Amino acid sequence: MKYIDEYRDGTLARAIATTIASEAVPGRHYQFMEFCGGHTHAVSRYGIEDLLPSNVRMVHGPGCPVCVLPVGRIDDAIALALRPGVTLCTYADLMRVPASGGGSLLKARSAGADIRMVYSTMDAIRIAEDEPGRDVVFFAIGFETTTPATAIAIRLARRKMLRNFSVFCNHVLTPPAIRAVLDVPDDDNADEHTGGVRIDGFVGPAHVSTVIGTTPYVALAKHFRKPVVVAGFEPLDMMQAILMLVRQINDGRHDVENQYIRMVSEAGNLIAQRAIAEVFELRASFEWRGLGELPDSALQLREAYADLDAERRFSITTVSTADNPACECGDVLRGRTKPAECKLFGTVCSPETPMGSCMVSPEGACAAHWAYGRFRNRVARQPVPAAT
Amino acid sequence: MCLAIPIRVEALLADDMARVTLSGISKTVSIALLEDVQVGDYLLIHAGYALTRLDPDEAERTLDLMREAAVPGLAEMQDWRP
Ligand code: SF4
Ligand code: SF4
Repeated sequence: MKYIDEYRDGTLARAIATTIASEAVPGRHYQFMEFCGGHTHAVSRYGIEDLLPSNVRMVHGPGCPVCVLPVGRIDDAIALALRPGVTLCTYADLMRVPASGGGSLLKARSAGADIRMVYSTMDAIRIAEDEPGRDVVFFAIGFETTTPATAIAIRLARRKMLRNFSVFCNHVLTPPAIRAVLDVPDDDNADEHTGGVRIDGFVGPAHVSTVIGTTPYVALAKHFRKPVVVAGFEPLDMMQAILMLVRQINDGRHDVENQYIRMVSEAGNLIAQRAIAEVFELRASFEWRGLGELPDSALQLREAYADLDAERRFSITTVSTADNPACECGDVLRGRTKPAECKLFGTVCSPETPMGSCMVSPEGACAAHWAYGRFRNRVARQPVPAAT
Repeated sequence: MCLAIPIRVEALLADDMARVTLSGISKTVSIALLEDVQVGDYLLIHAGYALTRLDPDEAERTLDLMREAAVPGLAEMQDWRP
């Protein structure tokens, strides 16, 4: 496939790995966090860790909106869907996310709730138009990648004067999450053994950045003195980004660089940004799974669109609910625990019976490790030639 | 939920929509978030909306940079013959 296969060339990937190995200073340890679930997926799928020299390691970050949605909001969505007359529309990824008491949207649907999986917000609008007798609620979730789609649907519902459509908004913002991961006390951030995890640089979001551009990371890179390289999701993109990070560290720089220049610009998609700004405003605070309450980290509908806000229409007041105590998703999302280190991994927790959200989304660290990483140690891999 | 790959535009449709095809499967997507989309463009589509258009020149340039990054490594890989 054009513009895909070229970026998956294995020989080139191994050659870049050899370049990385020869430029990474011996005795120095490089630890990079890939923020996005899409990158986590690529790291597992293409065995990128196996290509890298032992002093260059990847840490998984919180970058999947399905994984960071707190239990309480799934509970709200289930309660909404169980109301008579309500049809809840949702992206397929959310169906199996565990709610409290072992519930999920999938189970609620089997129990009779009218829950429909949609591919796009346009499908939800269509359902509202076709079935005026139903109260159609779109369960909106996602980082800046899916937010414009929700904004357009809200504008469209207003223009069509749809009275039976509303949005349960769970859109969250990427830069505050990066800040939260880095914003730990210095000694915590400096030493893995104190519970924190040292991060020397970031592989910045791919598709989020098509919308917001690279500018929002500049202040973060400067404040925390950590380099950020925005990178695409293909394996060669990752390898090149890691090399760029190693070079920045070697030079003592902490700049924002753009590896994904074929898709991402400095300013991002201005039409999308305008649509978001017109419909949404910052929410004072929002709970993230694993990161807790973060100020100014999520969006809500503006006053002008209050009539389309499901939270107001149905008087939703979210109750914060604890995760299953044995599930270590919170630490996995912060990069403190690796999926296989969770006691539940592969025993009671698997994609068929997920105990935590990280096992549900294909971009979740646990699901990615389950799909691609589990057998790694048993499979003989093509050896990567050592650097001379 | 954000994995997406660049897909070629096959036809422009009314109401800011376009038809794209991948491996024989055809889909109608919104191009309301982009200006001036042409048949033949490669778009990144997310949950039914095109978010950005691939820049073919930059795509080539990135490949060149990757090859450059690989050159020192290639020289060191004993099992590699041009
Ligand atoms: S293995 Fe399951 S329970 Fe453990 S952290 Fe991952 S998702 Fe949570
Ligand atoms: S761009 Fe995709 S993979 Fe990255 S955070 Fe957003 S949803 Fe997750």
